[in-house]
Amino acid sequence: MMGANRIPGVGRLTPARTARFTFDGRTLTALEGDTVASALLANGIHLVGRSFKYHRPRGILSAGAEEPNALIDVARDAARRQPNVRATVQEVFDGMKVESQNRWPSLAFDVGGFNDLLSPFFAAGFYYKTFMWPKAAWHAIYEPFIRRAAGLGVAPTEADPDHYASRYAHCDVLVIGGGVAGLSAALAAAKAGAKVIICDEQPEMGGALRYESGTTIDGKNGWDWAQETAGTLAEMDNVTVLTRTTGFGYYNHNFVGLVERVTDHLAALDKSLPRERLWQVRAKKVILANGQIERHMVFANNDRPGIMLASAGRTYLNHFGVAVGSKVGVYTAHDSAYEAAFDLKRAGVSVAAIVDCRENPGEAVLAEARKLGIEVLTGHSVIKAGGKLRVNSVSVARNGGGSARKIAVDALLVSAGWTPSVHLFSQSRGKVKFDAATQRFLPGTYLQDCLSIGACNGTDDLQATIDEALAAGELTARAAGAEGGTQVTLSGENRFGWTGGMIGAAEGAGPDTTVKAFIDFQHDVCAKDIRLAVREGMHSIEHIKRFTTNGMASDQGKLSNMHGLAIAAEALGKDIPQVGLTTFRQPYTPVTFGAIVNHSRGPLFDPARKTPMHAWEEAHGAEFEDVGNWKRAWFYPRSGEGMHEAVARECKTVRDVAGVFDASTLGKIEVVGPDAAQFLNLMYTNAWDNLKPGRCRYGIMLRDDGFVYDDGVVGRLAEDRFHVTTTTGGAPRVMNHMEDYLQTEFPHLKVWLTSTTEQWAVIAVQGPKAREIIAPLVEGIDLSNEAFPHMSVAEGKICGVPTRLFRMSFTGELGFEVNVPADYGQAVWEAIWARAELMGACAYGTETMHVLRAEKGYIIVGQDTDGTLTPDDAGLSWAVSKKKPDFVGIRGLKRPDLVKSGRKQLVGLLTKDPKVVLEEGAQIVADPNQPKPMTMLGHVTSSYWSENCGRSIALAMVAGGRERLGQTLYVPMTDRTIAVEVSDMVFFDKEGGRLHG
Amino acid sequence: MLLIYCPYCEEERSELEFRGAGDAHIARPANIADITDEEFEEYFFLRQNPKGLIFERWRHIHGCGRFFNAARDTVSDRFYTTYKAGEPKPDISAILQSEQDKGAAK
Repeated sequence: MMGANRIPGVGRLTPARTARFTFDGRTLTALEGDTVASALLANGIHLVGRSFKYHRPRGILSAGAEEPNALIDVARDAARRQPNVRATVQEVFDGMKVESQNRWPSLAFDVGGFNDLLSPFFAAGFYYKTFMWPKAAWHAIYEPFIRRAAGLGVAPTEADPDHYASRYAHCDVLVIGGGVAGLSAALAAAKAGAKVIICDEQPEMGGALRYESGTTIDGKNGWDWAQETAGTLAEMDNVTVLTRTTGFGYYNHNFVGLVERVTDHLAALDKSLPRERLWQVRAKKVILANGQIERHMVFANNDRPGIMLASAGRTYLNHFGVAVGSKVGVYTAHDSAYEAAFDLKRAGVSVAAIVDCRENPGEAVLAEARKLGIEVLTGHSVIKAGGKLRVNSVSVARNGGGSARKIAVDALLVSAGWTPSVHLFSQSRGKVKFDAATQRFLPGTYLQDCLSIGACNGTDDLQATIDEALAAGELTARAAGAEGGTQVTLSGENRFGWTGGMIGAAEGAGPDTTVKAFIDFQHDVCAKDIRLAVREGMHSIEHIKRFTTNGMASDQGKLSNMHGLAIAAEALGKDIPQVGLTTFRQPYTPVTFGAIVNHSRGPLFDPARKTPMHAWEEAHGAEFEDVGNWKRAWFYPRSGEGMHEAVARECKTVRDVAGVFDASTLGKIEVVGPDAAQFLNLMYTNAWDNLKPGRCRYGIMLRDDGFVYDDGVVGRLAEDRFHVTTTTGGAPRVMNHMEDYLQTEFPHLKVWLTSTTEQWAVIAVQGPKAREIIAPLVEGIDLSNEAFPHMSVAEGKICGVPTRLFRMSFTGELGFEVNVPADYGQAVWEAIWARAELMGACAYGTETMHVLRAEKGYIIVGQDTDGTLTPDDAGLSWAVSKKKPDFVGIRGLKRPDLVKSGRKQLVGLLTKDPKVVLEEGAQIVADPNQPKPMTMLGHVTSSYWSENCGRSIALAMVAGGRERLGQTLYVPMTDRTIAVEVSDMVFFDKEGGRLHG
Repeated sequence: MLLIYCPYCEEERSELEFRGAGDAHIARPANIADITDEEFEEYFFLRQNPKGLIFERWRHIHGCGRFFNAARDTVSDRFYTTYKAGEPKPDISAILQSEQDKGAAK
């Protein structure tokens, strides 16, 4: 059984090729190529879901991407489950599990349907008005209630096991849409020699030819011509044909996002294939052939299952071979729906009547209806639909009143006419214009290099569409530079020309009615809701949209926008262009997070930077912390040690013996050139002219506003060569900052900058035994205090490899920083470690580094400063030259706010109870008993347990801090208040003698 | 995603390779240490944020590394032209005029 409603000999699917799937647990048989919607309809199932707000029973409205109702949950297995899938685009595969959504306990009997009875209380803006008061109830009652009741599908709980691919592509002409217009344009462009990409969201090219039965092109049946043309294009080397591929976003400068669904239709997953492929296309020219979308009629109970768009009824019949009912009515304001009746009648399906709200339909379709013996009621309207879980009748009355006649139907095909799909054109930031004659928005002013053709451009006639498309294809190909090739001519014919169309509410759902005549099915917005919004003072379409949520569901108003606009315009007594159209934004249809995130997840989300010694650190049990993208050794716990014990031991060992630390992540910039010193004079607050080669200096870098930007030690290797170090996190921005000034403000200086961060491995050896550890390994450098005092640099060899050896210290101990080319990093580290270990030294990580530097009051830019501190605030005014005529920040430092008293300054804090360690970020007040909100004096920037001091230590930013030395301040916490004494910032070795050991 | 012509590399490259760097043609005063608070405010803080034509700086940070200037329309994101740092502000009306002439010639 392939479904009782499948008509033998009708449609394009192969009866022998079946696929089985389940719908709410019930096993059904489909044919390969079916969508879930066509397969359900083939099995006589119209009821597929419940609406969002009123939980009304809903069926299948369309046969395409515009579907607002038939949203389902599709599962392949436990992890591969996706909610809110449109049944009209999801192809069936063998073994798929489909569940309906937003119903409990079952689809046919849904408790939430109670909302429908309460609907007078759920008018537009209900949420805004009701859930406002009292404030406390929002968090406790309203939000949980709304969250439970709202939302359609349920998100999957397991991680997505599939992979997604991404591809950049360039072409001369990108054609979006593979109907008659798109195919013709692509053919013309390709034959002219252009590099072409054509995509279409459907599994096959053809567009409207899927349902259109009366089209002939070049003497062939329209669909057959489309398949043949797609085949021709696919065989050409200069053409890429992409099916199941949606052009979802038109971005700047002809950059277009396409998403190709690769495996969602396959029964057996090929692991080598991505589930979806994201195409990022940069096209010289874009041709938009997006077609048009049929509108529904707005009348009472127009949402009953079994009521669907006329073109959808034709698609199910002509493509899938499925009759959507056995006694079908048609309600229309447009000639096109007549053809649905003709197709059904010819296929042997009973057509109850064609109800046309117009007095004068097109004569050709009227004549054909008579010929086929179909009753046509012109100047009549469907006042309401009967039935609940499926339409069972329509009440028809003459326009303007009169008694209603009830006609029994089990399906109703509707059409209010067609809306050109200007979504992508609008996304390209082109301006639409309203065509009053045909009551539709069409592409007006273009902003990007694209052309709209065919239905989305308002071109109705088939031959006109073909001619327009061929011309556009050739024109864009030539403009993109294609030469030679051949010209294409095509002739096409449709059985009927179409007239008609209406927007807004139909008879029976007019201004003085309160019937449920739906405009936006997914968000349950009725015609009356739009009018209510206008009555309540919403006069802009943007406000009306947000007040009623019209067009804000996942279908983005593809069906509802024009109806809503027309009703609003009528209520406001304005013309449609005056009310305006809301802006179309990307994406055209929902795009999975998988396609967007693509490869950027797990370890590929952000690259990890590892130092040359990383493997050794890992092997020696280091815990790592993330510093920017770097993985830095944090501490080295020995067996039985937690972080606190490990850090206490490391801190003690460094000061008692020595420690070895991986400082490779420090930013390093080689500043070279005859004007190098002059350049550094401008970039740092310090003076550099008087720094002799072989010596180092601590430098502070400001921005022009006077705030501390970075700091680091700079070594002068030669008159014209400096080795600059920056903070780990600051390296890229410092390099950018220097390049900026060098290239644009001081281009006269002869200086060359090179980032060398990753070229040097840096091994810091710190502590009383530091010299003893490295001395036997170093060649060519006299390490004595006299020859190589604190803040020296020299080039020589260590372990036989070149080194830049620095005598410097971020611990306050005798210290060296051994720079070696990165590839030698681990070998030299191991050689140093072999000696260090013998002497009882330890390897230490960033946490110990932080504690040791805090014991000495050395700041970390970015931790103890926050971009609003001057050098003076940080206690570093000694490093600001008073003699230089200029440096970046010199003027900023004189700003009134930067020199006034009472600024926050960095100071030390000692808790009254030495065992208490403050929390970093904790606020500081003078009087803990003052009323809230308290006056904050500042906050704790660094806080540690210092094993060497035997107590806690902290650094803090405090208003007027240096004038408060010795004062008692308070740190209020949630459970207690901590008393602290303001101190200077040096907690250990205040005289600094150990540096020179 | 913008397509930006680097005047140093002499080719159009994707926005991914560039970083915006704020308004162009704001010269750091040569006597910056001596300017008034008002002059400093004007130089460092005040920007126009125009709707339409803006002269702005870009850096081809993942390419040649050079800073350069661009004339862009902030509404359409169209680049009228890009040019090397230090070159004078181009005359946009002349650019538009020459385009019009070309269009008319076609």
